[in-house]
Amino acid sequence: MAEYETHEFDVIVVGAGGAGLRAAVEASAAGVRTALVCKSLLGKAHTVMAEGGIAAAMGNVYPEDNWRVHFRDTMRGGKLLNNWRMAQLHAQEAPERVLELEEWGALFDRTDDGLILQRDFGGHRYARLAHVGDRTGLEMIRTLQHNAVQQGIDVFMECTVTRLLKDGDRVAGAFAYWRESGKFVLFKAPAVVLATGGIGKAYKITSNSWEYTGDGHALALWAGADLIDMEFVQFHPTGMVWPPSVRGILVTEGVRGDGGVLTNSKGERFMFRYIPEMFRAETADTEEEADRWYTDKKGARRTPDLLPRDEVARAINAEVKEGRGTPHGGVFLDIASRKDAEYIKRRLPSMYHQFRELADVNITKEPMEVGPTAHYMMGGVRVDADTQASTITGLFAAGEVAAGLHGANRLGGNSLSDLVVFGRRAGQYAAEYAKQFQGVPRVDDGEVDAVARSALAPFGRTGGENPYAIQQDLQECMHTLVGIIRTEDELAKALEELAALKERATRVSVEGHRQYNPGWHLALDLEPLLAVSECITLAARERRESRGAQTRDDYPKTDPELAKVNVVLRKRGDTVSVTQEPLPAWPEELRKLVEEA
Amino acid sequence: MTQTTMRVWRGDESGGAFHNYTVAAEEGEVVLDVIHRVQATQANDLAVRWNCKAGKCGSCSAEVNGLPRLMCMTRMNVFPEGQPITVAPMKTFPIIRDLVTDVSFNYEMAKQVPPFQPKPREADGTHRMMQEDIDRVQEFHKCIECFMCQNVCHVIRDHEENKRHFAGPRMFIRYAELEMHPLDTNDRRSLLREGAGLGYCNITKCCTEVCPEHITITDNAIIPLKERVVDVRYDPIAWLGRKIRRR
Repeated sequence: MAEYETHEFDVIVVGAGGAGLRAAVEASAAGVRTALVCKSLLGKAHTVMAEGGIAAAMGNVYPEDNWRVHFRDTMRGGKLLNNWRMAQLHAQEAPERVLELEEWGALFDRTDDGLILQRDFGGHRYARLAHVGDRTGLEMIRTLQHNAVQQGIDVFMECTVTRLLKDGDRVAGAFAYWRESGKFVLFKAPAVVLATGGIGKAYKITSNSWEYTGDGHALALWAGADLIDMEFVQFHPTGMVWPPSVRGILVTEGVRGDGGVLTNSKGERFMFRYIPEMFRAETADTEEEADRWYTDKKGARRTPDLLPRDEVARAINAEVKEGRGTPHGGVFLDIASRKDAEYIKRRLPSMYHQFRELADVNITKEPMEVGPTAHYMMGGVRVDADTQASTITGLFAAGEVAAGLHGANRLGGNSLSDLVVFGRRAGQYAAEYAKQFQGVPRVDDGEVDAVARSALAPFGRTGGENPYAIQQDLQECMHTLVGIIRTEDELAKALEELAALKERATRVSVEGHRQYNPGWHLALDLEPLLAVSECITLAARERRESRGAQTRDDYPKTDPELAKVNVVLRKRGDTVSVTQEPLPAWPEELRKLVEEA
Repeated sequence: MTQTTMRVWRGDESGGAFHNYTVAAEEGEVVLDVIHRVQATQANDLAVRWNCKAGKCGSCSAEVNGLPRLMCMTRMNVFPEGQPITVAPMKTFPIIRDLVTDVSFNYEMAKQVPPFQPKPREADGTHRMMQEDIDRVQEFHKCIECFMCQNVCHVIRDHEENKRHFAGPRMFIRYAELEMHPLDTNDRRSLLREGAGLGYCNITKCCTEVCPEHITITDNAIIPLKERVVDVRYDPIAWLGRKIRRR
């Protein structure tokens, strides 16, 4: 029998970024025994890297703003594939969640009359992002972290969950290992909240950290929960492209929100050539109008530099492909010629620092070179909009790992608000469920033993596959075959390659012992990485159209029939089934909001 | 591509030694890139902590050629070509394995900080604060918790016994940001003096020098805190006030 320590709680929250912290704070405040389990040290989760801001229709800069406009922008940005109810709750509750962060000590930048300042961002009609320079995520995670510490929540740091455990149809707990010692941990709990973030490490060029290996997506899939929208991987249009070692590191959309523009090697502001029909009526078509818009929201239409991210990423991709890229294969992002150095350093301190330290570029004097980078997963666990409950009893999900809010494409700034709006809801409803749960969740010892043995298997092999090599090959495969632009043939080839990689992963071997062994950790991370990669590829093949973040070279148009469905993935036996299921029907008055010009 | 020798400390709490790895370094790379290449090709089990690789999370602190640095923000071209580069774990914290140390001391100290207690919202449901009034606190909020200031602070670097009653520069920033927060109503001064050991700091500014976020820890946080603590302790009018109120 495997050795492991056992802990009993009412609610286990997996992941300690914005969503996980907010869920844990809420559950703990509801009076249930709550544990927060995270792969890294507390306060290091990916939320810390969020830059531009948190979207909330507070109307501090433009009193015309309200939740209806935010709702409309979110739905249109997501190409109407969003779960309307989530988009509504999100737009309605985000302002109160921002004020709550302030109540807990966060200090957002201020307007001249002392209110929370809001900045322009892509796809948002009004300046809507509450922010702290370009380090909003840090402010948010620290505020939530302090709150969690004050509440005395039990935190299991550097502890990775590898399986969810079930009692019949219900969740009963989770199996994990301590990264530090390599020892196993069994959590027994009637309710589990997944808040594990995204999948970026499946791609070669990404803004995501090592943690983003799709753990929550895979844990839910293996436990039998539905995943939806997995074809929609957001490529952020502006990642660093040079030097090679920093390729993919994020350059905030705030650069464009604060006046920066995209140009190609000929010096053209090319975005004017890429305005799609859906946004034509509300987008400036001359440089003069676009520049005027920054100060005159009523008399001018928005600059195409701030179209939603899917549009901008595709445009950059096309410019580079057609030979108008920069020396290092990106395009230019120029704020130096448009704003003075003092303004740039005040508004974008980390961008200034990042380019100066890592690329020898002074962004107050020269343009940046930027290109698309895998950034965000719109798809994930299918959840009930109000409660964030998955299709498995006792399993909840919030934040990036949950799907629905963003549809086919997420607007910048809507992620941080997503974390706190739905993190709170997940914590609340997980606690409610746990309170009415009777008895102790039963865990099958045999299952636990099998999971433990399989985790240790790489130590039993010698001379097998190198886990780093497999991850590298996987990233190459996803990058070239399931990237920004996709075709049927390439997706089919990707599935073949993934099958081969899966087979290689069964032969992976690791050196050394269980104590803080990154080779072993990666070997275990390969399993969820491969599972989510397969899901992305299957869903991308099923959606034979181009919509939002899914661009099919062989199906370049949107298909009205596919506008009505989510692609749903389910694990049944050893295979993953792919089906199309209708979107939830939405009320007429909300539909009207979206259709209004 | 040039070949570089990396001298990496490997071992655990029972001891260890430097191991040499000869590895390629590409243009523009940082120390963490090269450590990752060692890990991927020569020592799969080399333990190193990292997350964002963009200087934002503060996970990859180490002592590179004897100086505390974030490995992800240290370009290889700052070192003379052809000479080995030494990478060792932070000295102040117990070793777990290789470059990974046990930084739980910092998390324990964080638990002792009395919480933020805001004054009530205004009638319209907002808090009004002017940018000028929060600038100095926002400086402290830039802290990425890399714990390098804790690592170089000689009060604990060479005196394990002081850790019990010395919170360290990172926590002094935390105290300062709360004490100077325009909305906060809590008072942490007596704890600062007694439990957190503010008096141990003799303002050598080692912490300020290593801060990758360029927070002026000593001048803007620690010295003003010392003044506040002294004020409450030795101000004769405040002393008289306390006497009278106590009656």
